[in-house]
Amino acid sequence: MAIFDKFQQLAATRRAMDASGIRSISVVMDRVVSATEAFVNGRSLILAGTNNYLGLTFHPDCIAAACDATRELGTGTTGSRAANGSYSAHVQLESELAGYFERRGVIVFSTGYVANLGMLSTLAGPGDVIVIDADCHASIYDGCRLSGAEVIRFRHNDPADLDKRLRRLGGRIENTLIVVEGIYSMLGDRAPLADIAAVKRRYPGAFLVVDEAHSLGVLGAHGRGMAEEAGVEADVDFVIGTFSKSLGAIGGYCASHHPELDLIRYANRPYVFTASSSPAIIASTRAALRILRRHPELRQRLWENARLLYARLQGLGYHTGPEPSPIIAVRFERREQAHFLWNALMERGVYVNLVVPPATPDGSSLLRCSVSAGHTPEQITLIGNAFADVQRAGRKPSD
Amino acid sequence: MHTYEDILSIVIDLVRPLAPEGRGVREETDLVADLEFDSLKVMNLIEQVEDRFDVSVPLNILPDIRTVQDFTVQLQKILGKE
Repeated sequence: MAIFDKFQQLAATRRAMDASGIRSISVVMDRVVSATEAFVNGRSLILAGTNNYLGLTFHPDCIAAACDATRELGTGTTGSRAANGSYSAHVQLESELAGYFERRGVIVFSTGYVANLGMLSTLAGPGDVIVIDADCHASIYDGCRLSGAEVIRFRHNDPADLDKRLRRLGGRIENTLIVVEGIYSMLGDRAPLADIAAVKRRYPGAFLVVDEAHSLGVLGAHGRGMAEEAGVEADVDFVIGTFSKSLGAIGGYCASHHPELDLIRYANRPYVFTASSSPAIIASTRAALRILRRHPELRQRLWENARLLYARLQGLGYHTGPEPSPIIAVRFERREQAHFLWNALMERGVYVNLVVPPATPDGSSLLRCSVSAGHTPEQITLIGNAFADVQRAGRKPSD
Repeated sequence: MHTYEDILSIVIDLVRPLAPEGRGVREETDLVADLEFDSLKVMNLIEQVEDRFDVSVPLNILPDIRTVQDFTVQLQKILGKE
């Protein structure tokens, strides 16, 4: 059974987690009753780890649009757009996203992972160079690997280190993609995008790709993300993102002002060979995009909640990130401590994400909270109370 | 121009503090099997090597590296292109 030998270390980790009663990777939600509440094993939980930033998963307009589309167009497309053709709603969503981002064109993908996989593996190829922030998401690493390009990491959020690495490339700069994220998924920290864009401008010919998965609907005057917040949208060649966070569905997109984007669509194997999004998904995403555009107060509420919880956890002495963010990661040096507190929070009716190495950037373990505009102030207080309660029970909040 | 021996000596010096206590580090030492390196330690080692030699080490070389010797050989190739 040599083919399975490589999984033995994983099996040992899984056994150790089971022995300590940790079920974080096998949580089954018996019932999800709102954007912020679910039942697990008969117990009601406040959801504080679902990236549902605007709380739109139960919005009546999104649900009605999805139901109507299913009745009118069926449950699925049963194939890719390249093979089976596009539904008009796919094309309309791309047009609406292009209008929203004020970009020439958009490609819609079936997931955010496929968007990164497809765009990076198609844009770059053997002989090209991709320079990525060290903390980029796995989908970016996988897209780089599939491209066959040379892949170089720069230190997380360090524009000077990026500059150094671009300088070393010399004449290869015109074959270079720089890839960063708007908000990083694990620690919730923002990219210093104005500085990164300034570095990019010093190397004419280089392209800048920004993954706004966690910043769409969260940052910027119109919610377009970190590039809008930093005032550098003109420097960003390709904006990539997902529908599975602020838009409450599943899917991905790439927006660009380059006319070549439409050619990239046909060369993009992950796009060409993946079944397209179902009518329900496209319809609810379009409804969610309309809500995102018309209701900036959702963004305000999200940030009020984020600041409230961040201040509470800081006040309790937990080791959090440097600034408030809708992603609040509480860090622990020892994995066992994070395991223990994750269980204790579940017992107190609060669901957060348990993230352990190697999925974390620096070898620490995280209790990762994500805040939603859908949380009531009372729910934020209850989440804070649960963190306080496990602390009062005599457990140190962090090493 | 760095010789193979120069690079090897520097790589061993950089690997040693990352190795578990009491484990020797030699040319033939396997980073994963002998020193239990995980991906974080490999990345940490690469960053230190990059600083020491003022060079960018592409991630593409990782599949070709098992031992200290493999890393040294790849590094010599990269430095030869500079």
